[in-house]
Amino acid sequence: MIAFLIKRLMHAILVMFVISVLAFAIQDNLGDPVQQMVGQSVPESEREEIRERLGLNDPFLVQYARFAKNAVQGDFGYSYFYREPALEVIARHLPATLELVFAATLIIVLFSVPIGVYSAIKPRSPISRLFMGVSIIGISIPVFLTAIVLIQIFAIGVTVTLFPENTGWGAWLNAFFSTEGNMPSFGRGYDLVNVVGNWDTNLATWNGLQHLVLPAVSLASIMLPLFIRLIRAEMMEVLQSEYVKYARAKGISMRRVYFVHALKNTMLPVITVGGVQIGTMVAYTILTETVFQWPGMGLMFLDAINRADIPLIVTYLMIVGVIFVVTNTIVDLIYGLVNPTVKLTGKPA
Amino acid sequence: MSTTSNSSQASASPGRWERMRDSYMWYSFKHDRTAQLCLAVFICMVIAAFASPLLAPTDPYDLAQIDIMASELPPFWIEGADERYSLGTDAQGRDLWSIVLYGTRVSLLIGFGAVILQALLGVTFGLMAGYLGGRVDTLLMWLADIQLSFSTLMVAIVVGALVKATMGSAFYSQYAVMMLILIIGLAEWPQYARTVRASVLAEKNKEYVDAARVMGLRSKRIMFRHVLPNTMSPIFVISTVQIANAIISEAALSFLGLGMPETHPSLGSLIKSGFDYIQSGSWWITLIPGAVLVVLVLSINLLGDWLRDVMNPRLYKG
Repeated sequence: MIAFLIKRLMHAILVMFVISVLAFAIQDNLGDPVQQMVGQSVPESEREEIRERLGLNDPFLVQYARFAKNAVQGDFGYSYFYREPALEVIARHLPATLELVFAATLIIVLFSVPIGVYSAIKPRSPISRLFMGVSIIGISIPVFLTAIVLIQIFAIGVTVTLFPENTGWGAWLNAFFSTEGNMPSFGRGYDLVNVVGNWDTNLATWNGLQHLVLPAVSLASIMLPLFIRLIRAEMMEVLQSEYVKYARAKGISMRRVYFVHALKNTMLPVITVGGVQIGTMVAYTILTETVFQWPGMGLMFLDAINRADIPLIVTYLMIVGVIFVVTNTIVDLIYGLVNPTVKLTGKPA
Repeated sequence: MSTTSNSSQASASPGRWERMRDSYMWYSFKHDRTAQLCLAVFICMVIAAFASPLLAPTDPYDLAQIDIMASELPPFWIEGADERYSLGTDAQGRDLWSIVLYGTRVSLLIGFGAVILQALLGVTFGLMAGYLGGRVDTLLMWLADIQLSFSTLMVAIVVGALVKATMGSAFYSQYAVMMLILIIGLAEWPQYARTVRASVLAEKNKEYVDAARVMGLRSKRIMFRHVLPNTMSPIFVISTVQIANAIISEAALSFLGLGMPETHPSLGSLIKSGFDYIQSGSWWITLIPGAVLVVLVLSINLLGDWLRDVMNPRLYKG
């Protein structure tokens, strides 16, 4: 266990090193900081002096060492746009993204497990077929399109006039398919409750929750079908195994066989895939936050790109890199803990 | 696709047509309504997209044909529609039917181009990793693991953003098609590499490989001429999914403003340009290209599902 831990840790440090070199190379090659600092009339000799003073003429490795030393101490430089430390800007935007991801994860877990298990137990029932059909459509709709459709239906409203209005049933059907569209579709709302530091939460008030619903559903919509299909496939495979047949033959109640014996082994691969999907989730927060103008890290990153705010871009990449490395390591550790058959030391890194 | 894979698998004596008619793949296709429908829809869309200069009533690249006074007209089934524009017009007064046709062509072009690039990279690296093993394998799979743990879309967004920031947006949008093919191709190669590596590992201890090695053939020749043909079916299966993914990635990058510019329509940039007008009630500008995108991706995904069922070595040994 200790050997595995150390090996994983070395791996994580190596990955972070590669990311930091890439991030530094970006910072080094994009834009000229001196040009950002001084006016046009400043002569070349003076610029050279500033360059010398800031250490911009030092060799690449010396500059990288300085960058890495500062980065480890949490100093990533100043954002050009916000004119404050880049890490503080990120820290201010982080809670919004975390809440969005948390809400989406909650939706995914609450729906994917029951639906996946049900459609594995009864693969031929019409409800399972419906779920499978809907889930492949769900995979085929990009997350920003789901978001736009949700905005159209729940924030702008749809008026259906497809059925004849002069008959009773036509009017009723028109009213049934029309939506009012009073859900908020951008921002976090006005009713945020401060928890601690710069963490304002959406989860405490009705208005905050209303603002959270559409973005969270959009973000969940892309992962939910994936997990339903994964849980279904794994569960169906587990149900074929000898130990489940044996448990069944022993006369244990089916509910217990499904939810205690089978579900445990179903969740193993789901955990690993879930860990990998966290990366995808971060990418999708960029899209979701753009559509809903959700003031999180993703929207901030996109704004930083459009403003060529290089310190902020680099800091975002480093922070996202840390998040990936930490979650992947934790997922590997959990996997090792819950699955005793995995030989921890022999597992390829 | 079905002809090529079958001709490589069956024995030499019967004609190509007979071999295809007797194959399991053709049998399964004949009995699967969903696969038939999806293939029909997909082929129709590809033909319509590549025949867009013939089918489209206007040329969206020709500024003289655009009438700014006719902007934001609704499609034909809504009151206030203009009969010249069957699906309505966008905010710049471009005919929606024409730009959707041209946009689908660009999206398909990027999708196919990116998949060809990732297949070239991924198959080469996967063969090398699987066949050569050792350090090459460790290094390549380590790279693939890292890239996959960051998610391909994230890699594409970051690379796109950096390229755009270095080269300036004017240059970037001028070569947007090439850029997107490169970015999506580079971001997604690990998928191929892993799949190919897994099947190479299964193949390389078989006797025909040993025989080839004993005959003194060079490993490059053994890899590409002997092992590669036997790893074709998983490559076909993931290729369909990868085309769908590449089209979605293109749309996502364009939606974020890192892809096709609005003057050069692709499905993604059309959705993006329409999204700015959705609050004013012109939903068709964004939702019609969106619907086309979903139908295209859905038909490819369903075809991929069918292909996986047919080629799954656990169900059927090809």
